[in-house]
Amino acid sequence: MLRIDRRLIAHFDWPLLLCVLVLLGAGLTTVLSATHGPSHSASPLAVRQLIFALGGLAAMVAALCFDYRWLERYGYVPYAAALLLLVLTAAIGTSGGGARRWIPIGPFMLQPSEFAKLALIVALARYLHRQTGEGPLSLRAVGVPLLLFAPVALLILKQPDLGTAVAIGLTVGVILLIGGMQLRLVVLVAAIVGPALPFVWTHLKPYQQRRVLTFIDPQADPLGAGYHIIQSKIAIGSGLLHGKGFMQGTQNQLNFLPEQHTDFIFAVFAEEWGFLGSAALLGAYVVLLLRCIVVASRARDAFGTLLAFGLSAGIFCQVFINMAMAMGVLPVVGVTLPFFSYGGSSLLATMIAIGLLMNISMRRFTF
Amino acid sequence: MVPLAQREVPAALRRRVFVALVAALLGFGVLLAQLWNLQVLQGDELRASSDGNRIRLRRLQATRGTVLDRHGKVLVDSRPSFDAVLVAEDTRDLELTLETLGQLLGQSTAEMRNLLSHTGARPPFDEVIVKRDLNWDEVVAIETHQLDLPGVSLQITPRRQYPLGTELAHVLGYVGEVSPEDIAADPRYHLGDLVGKAGIEKHWERYLRGVNGGQQIEVDAVGRKLKVLREVEEEPGNAITLTIDLDLQQAASAALGDRAGSIVALDPTNGEILAMVTSPSFDPNAFARGIRRNEWRALVGDQNRPLSNRSIQGQYPPGSTFKFVVATAALEEGVINPFTRIRCGGGLQFGNHYFRCWKKRGHGSVNVHEALVHSCDVFFYQVAQRLGVDVIARYARVFGLGAPTGIGLDHEQAGTIPDTAWKRKRLKQPWYAGETLSVAIGQGYVTTTPLQMATAIATAATGKQYRPHLVARIETPDGETVHTETPELVGQLQVRETTLRQVRDALRDVVGKGTGKKARLDGIEVAGKTGTSQVVALGRQRPKASQLPRQHRDHAWFVAYAPADEPTIAVAALVEHADGGGGAVAAPIVREVMAKFFELQTTRQGHTYAQNRSTSHRAF
Repeated sequence: MLRIDRRLIAHFDWPLLLCVLVLLGAGLTTVLSATHGPSHSASPLAVRQLIFALGGLAAMVAALCFDYRWLERYGYVPYAAALLLLVLTAAIGTSGGGARRWIPIGPFMLQPSEFAKLALIVALARYLHRQTGEGPLSLRAVGVPLLLFAPVALLILKQPDLGTAVAIGLTVGVILLIGGMQLRLVVLVAAIVGPALPFVWTHLKPYQQRRVLTFIDPQADPLGAGYHIIQSKIAIGSGLLHGKGFMQGTQNQLNFLPEQHTDFIFAVFAEEWGFLGSAALLGAYVVLLLRCIVVASRARDAFGTLLAFGLSAGIFCQVFINMAMAMGVLPVVGVTLPFFSYGGSSLLATMIAIGLLMNISMRRFTF
Repeated sequence: MVPLAQREVPAALRRRVFVALVAALLGFGVLLAQLWNLQVLQGDELRASSDGNRIRLRRLQATRGTVLDRHGKVLVDSRPSFDAVLVAEDTRDLELTLETLGQLLGQSTAEMRNLLSHTGARPPFDEVIVKRDLNWDEVVAIETHQLDLPGVSLQITPRRQYPLGTELAHVLGYVGEVSPEDIAADPRYHLGDLVGKAGIEKHWERYLRGVNGGQQIEVDAVGRKLKVLREVEEEPGNAITLTIDLDLQQAASAALGDRAGSIVALDPTNGEILAMVTSPSFDPNAFARGIRRNEWRALVGDQNRPLSNRSIQGQYPPGSTFKFVVATAALEEGVINPFTRIRCGGGLQFGNHYFRCWKKRGHGSVNVHEALVHSCDVFFYQVAQRLGVDVIARYARVFGLGAPTGIGLDHEQAGTIPDTAWKRKRLKQPWYAGETLSVAIGQGYVTTTPLQMATAIATAATGKQYRPHLVARIETPDGETVHTETPELVGQLQVRETTLRQVRDALRDVVGKGTGKKARLDGIEVAGKTGTSQVVALGRQRPKASQLPRQHRDHAWFVAYAPADEPTIAVAALVEHADGGGGAVAAPIVREVMAKFFELQTTRQGHTYAQNRSTSHRAF
């Protein structure tokens, strides 16, 4: 089955790879900058991130080596495995900062929610591909994906990890719209979900409530949740047109920025490279997005299109939420910036998604 | 190839993908616009903010709540303290600043540098407290050298103070800086916050702590405050009124003197602790100002264990004080009646062991009344054999022995009330009949805490058992009551009235004409029981206390209540390794406590004290 088909190599998606390598390189240098110590030596975190990146490339290659249509067939298997991992996390996971999100594996910490996102996308593509036609999705065809989504979301919210849950929710919503859910239905769902919001609100952790309130009025809590957003905006804004230069960002170097190597890494980049650099980074993401859409629209079968689109939606919902949050356009929720944020699970999951996209791209002529 | 499900891509799907792409591009357009807004339009302003990081966050520490005695006397409060704080990033030359500051404050530069390195991974621009609680000269010195000391400022913070020093230290506890674990458990704490580490301070932390506030301040290039941009006021903690009567407490401390031991006085009608003395003690003020390593080591290493709260943690054999429990059991179970007489000839041969009575010549023929009054061991050896250890244990538990009372202080110990099941489980051995004889006189495996003994005698006095408690009520700084402690009835003696009357009559005569004569008060009848518990077995020829090394001397006990017919106070006193028995050493201590109690009651014309007493007393 793993035949080396000449056409596969001929159709390898070089532009996609190039795009990814550029982003990965920029991400690594930014992690280096965000974590380097006063001694100007490479931080252990940056070295780890480099290892994660190499592992990610290997995972990407692994993800393109088989025919993606196998996923159509066994689409629910990764989903079930991911759900199991999430339950396991809730049971034996390691706590950090009050959250139970990780399973320790040797020296590393696995964050199952990152992989659950991927598995959910595969499962949704698997399901929707047999439902979508020319017409709009039936009510049932919308209900089942929501049922698939619910346990994943609940387990992640329980950790608690509002950011990842929101990112996954948004991704699912986008996939459903692409799958053919009508806007009328969206209104209907909103009418049902809307009244439940006060209930959800009372079940949010106090710090999560504060974050939402802070978004509405950042000055309300300048010592707590508002601090992040104020400092992040100062960091980004102080980059001006040209930036302060690599490793020269004072906001970052003086540790004003909290979570500078994970959720707020974009602020580090923006401070050091200025508007020109940040705009270029946005451009790189747009190129990647266009390339992903090309893959999706060129796929020969509906499953390929849906899968490619779902994976792209997964990546770009996160890019958008993360950047919008750092710039104060959206409330602060913890979401990683794909290719940039420090963290093995996040990077690995992103690279697997890219591998699958390449997989679909390569096989567009193979039948 | 395996046949896989394949379907053509519907045109509608392609169309929707295109729409999504357009939406995504619009989203990125918004991001680009915001980037332009932040980095170009607002850039200069934000760059200015970042250059000196003009905005600092300063936290305003909430003042912890005060702790008062039952009459409103201050036991713990806070006072303002001037601290010298340093923001390392604001100094032009850190070394020079440290040197100058060291000279002003009389500390070496090395000491100062040490202080900074200790703080570990702290965020920059964080204020490090260089020296706490400056005296006035130091405050003036820093103020006048302000211009030579960029990055240094004075900060006023509330400092915990314990005006009574060592008095009540075990009950009040102490505060210390939060540990990383505390912060992880509750994110509302920040580095440098104070948190209760023991006693009332710890147990009632959430009421005492208050809510920290904060200031967002704009500073100039050398870190001087320019203006307060925004302020969130702190909320002081709640005030806790204890059931402790400070006057009685101090009298009890004086009565115990510098001897190691414990005194617990409580109100038998509701469980309110009136005094709780543990000696030796420690000074919680040392913790409040940040205890030095050698001070801590000295406290922990002290053989007299000043940090241990003997009232609730000390587990001592109760000795003969235990006999009122055994007497109650024997009368109630019917193994004896008030007229049953047993001959004491100074000892009892049991198996191959000779169990002595404390009185070598023997008590002659005694009934239960005389046996209690004169504390005859042989009588209780005999009675215990008839009862068996399991029955004795059952009664002991009814009196509240062998389990923590639940007073609400850390590390309360349970003591030990042995029975056959206990021994099988703990020592994997069967119970030997001879061991029951030791239990009869409160020796052997039996251990109790002074608090338990106070509870037990209070139970004998009233027939009811209330959970002992220290807190009367909690009020906000505005005087609004947020918590009132109500007496909690945890047990009731299910014995005949005649049994209780016989035991109480005997306890009254213990003080009236028996071993507890030294506890007699003028005009008020006291009932109680002496006890002298052996620390080590010393064979037949027991030498005098003064001839023994201190750690081998007996413990002296006295437990009592008064007035005998309508008790309003119960007291247990224990003196470790005393130079005499319970009657000689402990009874006079209890006498002094009770004398003070009734004197206070009279001088306060009855009404103050009565006001503070709960309704259960009126029902009694």
